[in-house]
Amino acid sequence: MNSMERTLTTLSMREPDRVPLFLLANMHGARELGLSLQDYYSSADHVIEGEMRVLKKFGGDCAYPFFYAALEIEAWGGDTIFSEDCPPLCGAPIIRSAEDIDRLKAPAVLSSASLVRVLTAIAGLKARLGDRVPIIAVAISPFSLPVMQMGFDRYIELIHEQPERFERLMRVNQAFTVEWANAQLAAGATAICYFDPVSSTTNIPRQLYLETGHQVARRTLARIKGPTATHLASGRGLPIIADIAATGTAVVGVSVLEDLAQLKAAAAGRVSLLGNLNGIEMRRWTPQQAEAAVKRAIAQAGPGGGFILSDNHGEIPWQVPDETLLAIRDAVERWGRYPLDWVRDWTDPGPD
Amino acid sequence: MDDLVKPFREALEAIDRVGAEAVFQKALAGQSPISAVERVVVPALEQMGEAWETGAVALSQVYMAGRFCEELVERVLPPSDPDRKHQPRSAIVLLNDYHMLGKRIVYSVMRASGFELFDYGRMEVDELVERAIADRIRVLLISVLMLPSALKIADVCRQLKERGIGIKVAVGGAPFLFDPELWREVGADAMGRSAADAVTLVEGWMGGMQ
Repeated sequence: MNSMERTLTTLSMREPDRVPLFLLANMHGARELGLSLQDYYSSADHVIEGEMRVLKKFGGDCAYPFFYAALEIEAWGGDTIFSEDCPPLCGAPIIRSAEDIDRLKAPAVLSSASLVRVLTAIAGLKARLGDRVPIIAVAISPFSLPVMQMGFDRYIELIHEQPERFERLMRVNQAFTVEWANAQLAAGATAICYFDPVSSTTNIPRQLYLETGHQVARRTLARIKGPTATHLASGRGLPIIADIAATGTAVVGVSVLEDLAQLKAAAAGRVSLLGNLNGIEMRRWTPQQAEAAVKRAIAQAGPGGGFILSDNHGEIPWQVPDETLLAIRDAVERWGRYPLDWVRDWTDPGPD
Repeated sequence: MDDLVKPFREALEAIDRVGAEAVFQKALAGQSPISAVERVVVPALEQMGEAWETGAVALSQVYMAGRFCEELVERVLPPSDPDRKHQPRSAIVLLNDYHMLGKRIVYSVMRASGFELFDYGRMEVDELVERAIADRIRVLLISVLMLPSALKIADVCRQLKERGIGIKVAVGGAPFLFDPELWREVGADAMGRSAADAVTLVEGWMGGMQ
């Protein structure tokens, strides 16, 4: 099977030839090219070349032309702060007062040079990879975008204290997210990773999620013209996994803070799982620890398909060495081949 | 008095300001403000901190509870009140990062627990070291969200050590929750898994610093 066949098979809740590996090491492309992150992300050609080298070197099953989250805020008039070893971050909030929400208008995707750069990178990867390798693009959910637009503390206050303004912000953001996601699909992306960390029960209780993020996701995903994966970016999701499945998403990105076997049981074939290797600990893993983590994840969630191995955040830190990524790849090759007969006799040795 | 903790906590978790205020007024009726804070507000926030660690309570609830309790306590124990805990001289900072929420929550919970502390906002390593020394800080609470920012705490601890400055450093934030060894690696004296942990840590260090 090629990467696309492998991925589509597991998403249909069947066992492919081996567990697909989505190695979301998007920043490592810059390292491959010997560029700073700022230089790397300034050119679609850099990202195309970087992604191709990462794919070749580490052997993952998807291309991931995700630049950085703050790039979406650039389209809204915001700034990005670059540093040597850290994902680029948002500058000052674009919403400085509640009244700014009343005047807010969604930017047109094609009017943003930053967004167009991503579309160019997607198209370039599609030309090189065709239908052999899934291209996973990213759109921040309308419900989670305000963390960057106005700051998390003021956004929590808005949700609780100004419901009408919150609803207006969701409508404006939704128009943008839908246009942005569909533009990426039109450029050649196979699926959209719908980053929605605020919906995680780490950040809001389930009841509030059902009244807010869940409604926003249902409305938004219905208008995105392609498959989506909802990612909680390390946040917990076990209590809401059935609710997330009901939004129409195909995949949920899950956290290492929760038990993968429990998550798989809760998903109950309604949605596939993506996760949940610990990207923070990964920085100091030995090859043996990498292998043990891969083996544990596959044992807990691999049988029956419906599982893609990945990190639990949707972005592997810059600090993770190449040797670790290679050890993960090798471990998937060794332990991820179906049928997973070894799982029957496997017992969890516990934390290393 | 202890039976007021549960209804107070429940009101906080439901973001019910009116309910929380009513319980707090009941607590104030029979004792001094500092006693009401220590016997109702602090335990409720501690319990919420424990619930946050297990995933039973969400960040939005902890944030709103901290902010509301800070306002309540500010009203009955203004910064000039002699019952406020001004020692050990403490400061909180967001190092290198731009994600303010965690620091804001810890600051609120510390103040809602009767502590006064400097809020340094966001700083880089060198600026933080100079400021902490100039302010004669004894306890430094460092909040981060990003892994690279967490790793920069090592530079703060190294500089303080090289200059012979005996500041206790407590760290907190997502990287430390995902890697329980990280706080030792960066040379901190302790890590907090929740905002309530910060209160416990500082209280534990208070005795030896008076």
